[in-house]
Amino acid sequence: MIEHFTKGLFKENPIFIIVLGLCPTLAVSTQVVNALGMGAGVIFVLLGSNFFVSLLRNFIPEKIRIPSYIVIIASFVTMVDLFMQAYAPTLSKNLGVFVQLIVVNCIILGRAEAFAKNHTVSESVLDALGMGIGFTLGLLLISLIREVLGAGTITLFPFGNFDGVIRIPVIYNAPIRVIGLATGALLVIGYLKGFFDWMAIRKKKREIEKRVSAVKV
Amino acid sequence: MTYVGIIITFVFINNFILTQFLGLCPFIGVSRQMEPAVGMGFAVIFVMSLASLITWMIYTWILIPLGIAYLQTITFILVIAALVQLVEMTIQKTAPPLYKALGIYLPLITTNCAVLGIALIAVRSNYNAMESFVAGFSAGVGFMLALVLMASIREKLDTEWVPKPFRGVPIAFVTAGLMALAFMAFDKALLRNLIG
Repeated sequence: MIEHFTKGLFKENPIFIIVLGLCPTLAVSTQVVNALGMGAGVIFVLLGSNFFVSLLRNFIPEKIRIPSYIVIIASFVTMVDLFMQAYAPTLSKNLGVFVQLIVVNCIILGRAEAFAKNHTVSESVLDALGMGIGFTLGLLLISLIREVLGAGTITLFPFGNFDGVIRIPVIYNAPIRVIGLATGALLVIGYLKGFFDWMAIRKKKREIEKRVSAVKV
Repeated sequence: MTYVGIIITFVFINNFILTQFLGLCPFIGVSRQMEPAVGMGFAVIFVMSLASLITWMIYTWILIPLGIAYLQTITFILVIAALVQLVEMTIQKTAPPLYKALGIYLPLITTNCAVLGIALIAVRSNYNAMESFVAGFSAGVGFMLALVLMASIREKLDTEWVPKPFRGVPIAFVTAGLMALAFMAFDKALLRNLIG
C-alpha cells in the first residue's frame, strides 16, 4: 500500500524519470516561491482528480472517459486559479497563464488514465500524494539551481522582519544571468536528466557485476 | 501594422517553445525525424488558428454576456477537445491523404498546452477576432519553425557520437537550450527597428 505513495517520489518521479509535465516545470522555475506555489496547485488538482476519477470509475462509460476526466480536472484547476487570485495575488501574477494550464499537464490526465481508473480510492489518493510531492521536489530542485546560480537568491514567503529573500554572498554580486533565462531552463533540465540517466546506467552495471561475481563464487 | 507586429512577436520574439515553454512534450517527442515533425507542425498551425478564433467567439459572445467568464478554463479545454475531434473527422472525410499524413498527431494536439495557451493568452491580451486568429496562426508557425529546426538537428545528431547518458532526451534539451540562446537575438528592439 505504502509503495503507491513512495514510488512517485524517486523511482517513478514524474519529471525526471517519466518526463511529463515539462512546460510548467521550466516556465515557473525562475524562483523557488513560484515552484512551491505551482507544486501546491498541482498536488491539490491531482488529489481531487485522482479521488473523483477513482470514485466514479464504475460509472463513467469507457468511451467518454477522457472528456469526463478533463471536466473533473478543469473544475479543480478553476478552484485553484480563483483561490490563488483571491489569497495570493502576487503568486497568481507570477505564474500567469500557467495556473490555468495545469489542465493540460500530462501528469494529471496520465495518472487518471494509468492509475486512478482501475485502483481503489485510498490507493489513488496515495498515488496522487506521491506523484504530486515527487513533482514538487523535481520542480524545487530545478528552481533552486536556477535561482541560486541565475540571481544569487532564494525567494521564499516573507514573514516578520524577514523579507522572504535569502541572498547568497558571492553569487548575488555576480550571478550567471543566463541560467535564469529560457536557455538556462532547458540546459539545466538537460544536464539533470543526463545525470539521472547516468545514475541509472551505473546502478544497472553494478547489479550485473554483482550477479556475475555471484556466479563465479 | 499591428498584424505584422503580432506575427513577428509570436513567431520569433515570444516563440512558444523556445521562450514560453509551451508545447514542450510534442517538441521533444515528435522531433526525432523530419517527416512527422512537418506533419505535426501543419496540424498544430491549423488547430491553433481555428482554436484561437473559436474560443474568442465563445468568450466574447457567450461567456461575457452571461457573466460566467470564470468558466473559461473548462469551456476552452472542452471546445478545443471537440474541435480537434471535428477537424479529425472532417479531414478524414474530405482529404484522406492529408488525414493519413497527419493521422496520429491530431488527437495528441488536445493535450498540447500551446493550443490552450494561445486561447488564454489571446483573451488576456484583449485581442479582437482578427488579431486572435493571426496570433493563433503565427504562434503555430513559430511552433513549426522550432520543431522543424530541432528535427533537422536531431537527424544529424543520430550519426554523431554522444555520451551514453545524454543520448535521447537529455541531448535534445541541451540542443533546445542552445537554440533558445540563438532566439534571444530576437527581442523587442527588433520589432521597434522594423515597424517603428
